Amino acid sequence: MPDLSVNFAGIKSPNPFWLASAPPANSGEQVMRAFDAGWGGAVWKTLGQPIVNVSSRFGSLDYGDRRMIGFNNIELITDRPLEDNFREIEEVKRHYPDHAVIASLMVETKEEWKDIIARSIDAGADGLELNFGCPHGMCERGMGSAVGQEPKVCQEITSWAVEYSTVPVIVKLTPNVGDIIPPGRAAVRGGAHAVSLINTIKSIIGVDLDRGVIQPPVNTKSSNGGYCGQAVRPIALHMTNQLAQDRQVNIPISGIGGVETWRDALEFIYLGASTVQVCTAVMHHGYRIVEDMIDGTERFMRDKGFETIDEMVGKALPSYDQWGNLDLNHEIIAKIDADLCIGCQKCVAACHDGAHQCIHVGEDSRVPYIDEAECIGCNLCKYVCPVPDCITMVEVDNDKDSMTWNEYIAAKERGEDVEHPGKSTHQTHF
Amino acid sequence: MTKSNLPENRLENRFPEKEPLLTKREATVEANRCLYCVDAPCIDSCPTSIDIPEFIRRIATENREGSAKTILESNILGYSCAQVCPTEVLCESTCVFNEMDEEPIRIGELQRYATEPAIENDVQFFEAGEPTGKRVALIGAGPASLSCAHRLRRYGHETTIFEAKSYPGGLNTDGVAPYKLHAHQSLKEIDYVRQIGGIDIEYNTAVGKDVTLEELEEDFDAIFIGAGLGPDNWLDIPGTDLDGVWGAVDLIAKMKVEEGYELPDDVHTACVVGGGNTAIDVVRELRGLGVDDVMLVYRRDEASMSGYEHEWEGAKKEGARGVWFSQPVEIVGDDHARALRCRKMRPASDDPDDRSLELVDGSDFDIDCDLVVVAIGQSKLGDLFADVDGVELDWGKIVIDAETGRTGNTKYFAGGDCVSGGKEVVDAVEEGKVAARSIHALLTDDAEASADEESTETAPSPVT
Ligand SMILES: Cc1cc2nc3c(=O)[nH]c(=O)nc-3n(C[C@H](O)[C@H](O)[C@H](O)COP(=O)(O)OP(=O)(O)OC[C@H]3O[C@@H](n4cnc5c(N)ncnc54)[C@H](O)[C@@H]3O)c2cc1C
Ligand SMILES: Cc1cc2nc3c(=O)[nH]c(=O)nc-3n(C[C@H](O)[C@H](O)[C@H](O)COP(=O)(O)O)c2cc1C
Ligand code: SF4
Repeated sequence: MPDLSVNFAGIKSPNPFWLASAPPANSGEQVMRAFDAGWGGAVWKTLGQPIVNVSSRFGSLDYGDRRMIGFNNIELITDRPLEDNFREIEEVKRHYPDHAVIASLMVETKEEWKDIIARSIDAGADGLELNFGCPHGMCERGMGSAVGQEPKVCQEITSWAVEYSTVPVIVKLTPNVGDIIPPGRAAVRGGAHAVSLINTIKSIIGVDLDRGVIQPPVNTKSSNGGYCGQAVRPIALHMTNQLAQDRQVNIPISGIGGVETWRDALEFIYLGASTVQVCTAVMHHGYRIVEDMIDGTERFMRDKGFETIDEMVGKALPSYDQWGNLDLNHEIIAKIDADLCIGCQKCVAACHDGAHQCIHVGEDSRVPYIDEAECIGCNLCKYVCPVPDCITMVEVDNDKDSMTWNEYIAAKERGEDVEHPGKSTHQTHF
Repeated sequence: MTKSNLPENRLENRFPEKEPLLTKREATVEANRCLYCVDAPCIDSCPTSIDIPEFIRRIATENREGSAKTILESNILGYSCAQVCPTEVLCESTCVFNEMDEEPIRIGELQRYATEPAIENDVQFFEAGEPTGKRVALIGAGPASLSCAHRLRRYGHETTIFEAKSYPGGLNTDGVAPYKLHAHQSLKEIDYVRQIGGIDIEYNTAVGKDVTLEELEEDFDAIFIGAGLGPDNWLDIPGTDLDGVWGAVDLIAKMKVEEGYELPDDVHTACVVGGGNTAIDVVRELRGLGVDDVMLVYRRDEASMSGYEHEWEGAKKEGARGVWFSQPVEIVGDDHARALRCRKMRPASDDPDDRSLELVDGSDFDIDCDLVVVAIGQSKLGDLFADVDGVELDWGKIVIDAETGRTGNTKYFAGGDCVSGGKEVVDAVEEGKVAARSIHALLTDDAEASADEESTETAPSPVT
């Protein structure tokens, strides 16, 4: 039986699946139900000076009949009294000593940080998460992403927290930066024991064209919100990978953003996260999604022969390299299985209008064919094809040795007479 | 097919599957259409309470094996139920999409998609419990007993099934329509179920004949009756002894399991007497085998048929017709049936609540045909248990406490068709499961065992 338990920067948890700091972790009653459903940990809804929220506060990006593939919110931190939250944290820890309860915090002054950290630890929190990520409302007040976007401030506040804390400190980063490395390194310099990312992305989810009002409306107005859910996963995966690749960021990572299934979670883990956090998917489907996350992960681990989560952490990291180190002579082309093809010709439009004009249709068949000499192996046709396995990409043995852009430039600089790498087609005559 | 001792050349093999296994794409599209409802109504309308939204979600997340486990946890015959259940009136009937006048989720087909690879590749999810040393005898190797036995094995009790026939599965093997499930699929599933180990089956052993109830009482700690129903009920009219007159269940069994059985070449017109699901099945099967004109002869009108509407609509699309308000009075022929003589019936009164009918004198008419199939129900086997202390019978059906499967005799439990008088496979599975819980409680003196089980469904030790 694979072992799903993790030790995340000293915080123990029966599995790597945590609720992210958000509405699903807003109260003790909820968190206890989540633990009963199978969640291994919960990052409490951010604590600070209670605020007042607006209604409405959520917006949804639908795609066809799929609801909430992207989600945005203009909600702030907890609107419940701190005493209530701490009392409930204490109660949860009393009933669930082996689960991870992390207090997410966001306050302004050093004194406030000192006070709220002490109270969190008194309540029994296993760790702290510093919310340097909220990209709406709180940042206007100099908190949240206003901190995460300023490495210096990020480092300083982290160091206060580390000074006052006797439990591990996780810094939750904002993706609203050009480069995630500086704030990540700042957290490390401040002494953080771990980082988590991503918080939400600044966004406007849509516009009601009838009323001419930005969504979600608060009466006749709205504001920019934080974007999350399925649609943000690629961005979150990228940032997780960036930090995991960086030698200076040598602390554990908790991956967040668009996790809904065991596969999503494992992608983060393969890119270096050792726990994952979930918000939107729970808001959409409820705590019970964790049942399949656990079962699917266990089955995957058994199939692949993994015994612990740690063995999987960072599995895919070695496959990442700079573009300049990719082999330009590696050649693949598309193949259409004529027996499977249903003749929709989506691939024809895609290739002609959006790729390399090399899929054609003959006189007497609706089944297109590929001009292999022209195919640049971009994958587009494969993605637009509605029939599974109808278009596959196959490797071409072109007798060329591997050559990357960096190698090519270096060889040219050395004055060598090297052949230009890559495939020559009608648009690329070397 | 492994270990199936069925001959290859069976008439049922001529029937293609009505609902072939979904492709991955079809399953993915359908699974993603499921709303994953909370407190889902489909669960309540599955007699075995399978966690349907969960198993469908697992298909959507590409956890097909985990999906099979979710299904089999509640229904160990979930593979055949996926194909034989009348989902139109069970799970799919309460799918919330019906409320929006949209097609319900194809739950049955998804259930097959999930379970088939587990059965094919023998992926086992459950282990036998620690041996308790207790022994349970089960009468009949139909769905009720198989479900009961598997659950008892999970509790660690020894099980021996006594089966009158030479093969297991009861009507799930030799009764259900071949376009839904073939006999070898049923046997394959039973092989899979028995992989838990310790489910012994004594074939060709009729209880009451080859072994007595007294002997079972002596050798076993508890007895589960899953004997189903008896042979076809018969028409009490002249001519039923002619060639070309068949009992429905008898004829279906021949088509499904007998080597080389063929309908005689000269059968072009057939009359099926009855208005229930078995009658409709026979009608559709005969049409499927190419019989030109197949008529369902029923003493009431179309709307009063007890068979499912969706099945009869299907039969009509396939070219069958109904002859209503007609009561057979004689089968006419020399050696071989040549016609079915009927007398017209009519409602005895104008009161719509009064369902009684009367014969119309002088209205006799002949329906020329080469085959008459009698599908007016199966007899009850209760008599076999008439002398058992405490076991009560109700018109031949065994009386139990529905919550526990207990009869009036502490040692005897029962479930399936012998109790209900004829329901579905899935009901037999559930009743076998319920009885297993109370048998376990009896054998372990654990009065609470059955109550505990109720809510959590955690029979011990799933493996994967
Ligand atoms: C023609 C037909 C079509 C059907 N189609 C469907 C369908 O599509 N879907 C569906 O869900 N249900 C269908 N049913 C109903 C379903 O098959 C039954 O409800 C189900 O099989 C009942 O299971 P059981 O275990 O109670 O009895 P059975 O399946 O009848 O099994 C009882 C077993 O006990 C054995 N037995 C009997 N007496 C003795 C004895 N004295 N000693 C030893 N063994 C004995 C019998 O040989 C038999 O193997 C159909 C029924 C019929 C007749
Ligand atoms: C309604 C809502 C409220 C949130 N509130 C907080 C918060 O109080 N503190 C915090 O750190 N993150 C908050 N988040 C961000 C989430 O914790 C998470 O980082 C983000 O939603 C990405 O994960 P997801 O794609 O699983 O939703 C909130 C998100 C949502 C949708
Ligand atoms: S989800 Fe609950 S709180 Fe939100 S609008 Fe609906 S009823 Fe109100």
